[in-house]
Amino acid sequence: MEPTTDAVVQVRDLRMRYGDTDVLDGVTFEVRRGEVVTLLGPNGAGKTTTIEILEGFRMRSAGQVAVLGTDPADGDEDWRARTGVVLQSWRDHARWTPRDLLLHLGAYYAPYSTPQRSRPRDVDELIEVVGLAGHADQKILTLSGGQRRRLDVAIGIIGRPELLFLDEPTAGFDPHARREFHDLVHRLADFEDTTILLTTHDLDEAEKLADRILILAAGRIVADGSADELARRVSGQAQVRWSRGGEHFVHATADATAFVRTLLAEHHDIADLEVRRASLEDTYITLVQQHESGQQVTEASTFETTAGALPRKV
Amino acid sequence: MNRNLHAIKVGARRGWHEFVLSLKSPQDQGFYLFMAVGILTYLWFNRGNELEGTGLFMPTYALPGILGGLIAFSLVIGPAYALAMEREDGTLLRATAVPRGLVGYVTGQIVLNAASLAPMLLVILVPSFLLFDDLMHQGPRGLFTVVWVIVVGLLATLPIGIVIGSLVPSTQKVGTWGMLPVMILVSISGVFFPMAALWGWVQVVAQVFPIYWLGLGMRSAFLPDAALVMEVGESWRTWQTVGVLAAWAIAGSLLAPKVLRRMAQRQSGSAVAAAREQAGQWVR
Repeated sequence: MEPTTDAVVQVRDLRMRYGDTDVLDGVTFEVRRGEVVTLLGPNGAGKTTTIEILEGFRMRSAGQVAVLGTDPADGDEDWRARTGVVLQSWRDHARWTPRDLLLHLGAYYAPYSTPQRSRPRDVDELIEVVGLAGHADQKILTLSGGQRRRLDVAIGIIGRPELLFLDEPTAGFDPHARREFHDLVHRLADFEDTTILLTTHDLDEAEKLADRILILAAGRIVADGSADELARRVSGQAQVRWSRGGEHFVHATADATAFVRTLLAEHHDIADLEVRRASLEDTYITLVQQHESGQQVTEASTFETTAGALPRKV
Repeated sequence: MNRNLHAIKVGARRGWHEFVLSLKSPQDQGFYLFMAVGILTYLWFNRGNELEGTGLFMPTYALPGILGGLIAFSLVIGPAYALAMEREDGTLLRATAVPRGLVGYVTGQIVLNAASLAPMLLVILVPSFLLFDDLMHQGPRGLFTVVWVIVVGLLATLPIGIVIGSLVPSTQKVGTWGMLPVMILVSISGVFFPMAALWGWVQVVAQVFPIYWLGLGMRSAFLPDAALVMEVGESWRTWQTVGVLAAWAIAGSLLAPKVLRRMAQRQSGSAVAAAREQAGQWVR
C-alpha cells in the first residue's frame, strides 16, 4: 500500500496486544480526505481499540499510525484542535445545560480559528442542527438517551474538526433522529470537507453513510470497499428464484442476466422471478464467520450452490 | 503560551460556573448546612469550657483551628473526589478531547474549590459571631493574616487532593486513601483540642503536614497572645508556617501536573465505560 498524499489517516500493520492476546493483529488501512469510512465488526473485534489509538487516547503495541500527518501518540494540543471525538459512554456535566456546555467547550477552540475554518461553530446554529433547540436550556441530567447522544455529536463538531471520530454514534436514536443524523454526516462530509471515521453495529447505517466500509474481524481488516464492492467480492454470484407449474426453484449463478435470458427463452410459464445479490448483511455475516473460524476469504460464498449448478427445488 | 493563557481563562470561567451551579444545588446546600450545624453544636456544648491559664473559652480557642482544619480538609477531599468521579463519568476525558482542555479543567478545579471556601466559612463564621463572644482578637491585622494563610494553605493542600484523586483506583476508594488519612491528620493536628495533649512523636508527625500549620496560622489570626501558652514553643511561628506551607506548595505544584497528566493519558472511552460498569458493581 503506497501512502497517498491526501490520506488523513494512515494505519500500517497496527498491533495491539494485551498479555497473550492480540486484539489487533496487523491492521492496515487508509482514510482519504473527505471520505466517510465505517469500521464494522462484531463485539470484541477491536473497533473501539483501533479508534482510540487513532484518537490518541490509547498507546499501541506496534505499527505505524499517522493521523493528520502526526503520530497520535505524540499528538499535541494543536493537533487535538483539528480532531473531533464522539465516544460511546458519557454521563458528565449533569448539572450543566447543553447551551452552557457547548459555549464552554467551544471557547477552547477560539485560538485555533483559521480563515478556512472558523472555530468554534456558532452555538445557536449547532443546537438547531442537531435538533436540541427545545432542550438547550434544561439540565443535561434530564435529557433522554437520544438527546444526550445528539449533544455528544454537537460537542464532537463544535470545533469544526477536519477529522471526526464517531464511536457508535446513533445508539439510542429513534428512526427519525437517525435519519437526521445521517443528513448531518452527509452535510459535514460534502459541504465542510470533514473526514469521518465511525464505528457501528448497524449494517443499514454503514451502507447508508459510508463511502467505504472496513470490516474488522479477529483483529484484522478482512474487507475494504463500498457496500456493493464487498457484496461482489464475497460472492460473485446472485441468487435467482422462480416458480414453474406451482413448483419453486432457486439457482445461484455468476451471470444472472444470461441465466434469466436462457430460462425465459426455454420456458414460457415462469412466474415469481426474483434476482437477489448478496446484501451487505449476507456479506458481513459470511466474512465474520469465516474469519472467526480461520478460513480464507477467497473461498467465501454467501449462497450455497449445488454441485452441478443445477436448479434446485425448494 | 498565549493559547495556554486562553485555556486558563476559559477554565476560570468554568470554575465559576461550577461554583454557581453548586450554590444552587440542594445537595451542596445540605452539605454546608450539615457541616455548620455539626461544628456549631460541638462549640456550643463546650462553650463553658475554659482553657487553663489563658482566660479563653473553648469556642474562642477552637474555632480558628477548626476553620483551618476544614479548609485543609475540603481542599484535599474536594478535588480528590471531583477527579475520581469526573474520571469515571467522562468529564476528564471530555477535557482531554478539546485543545488544552486539561489546563482549563485544572484551572476550573482551583477556582471552584477556592470559591467554595467562601460559603463554607460564612455558614460557620456568621452564626459563631452571633453565638460566641471575643472571637476576633487581632482586628484588621488578623484579617490580613486570614487571607494569606488561606492563599498559601490553598497552594499547599489543593495539589495533594489532585494527586490523591489521580492515584485512587476508583471513587469508592477515595474514602480509604483520602478521607481516612486526612481525618486522622486533622485529629492529631490540634484542631479540636491543643496538640500538647498528645504524645511527642505524634506531634512531630502532625507538624510534617500542612493541616497543623493551617490551623496554627488561623489561630494566629484570631487569638490573643495569651493563647500562646497552648502552642508548641509558645510562639505563632509565622515564618515556619510560611516555610512549611510553601514547601508543600512547591512540591505539590511540581508533582501534581505530572501525576495528573499521566492519569489523563490513560483515559479512553472504554476506560470510562469500564469504570462505569465497575461503579455499578458494589459487591465483588
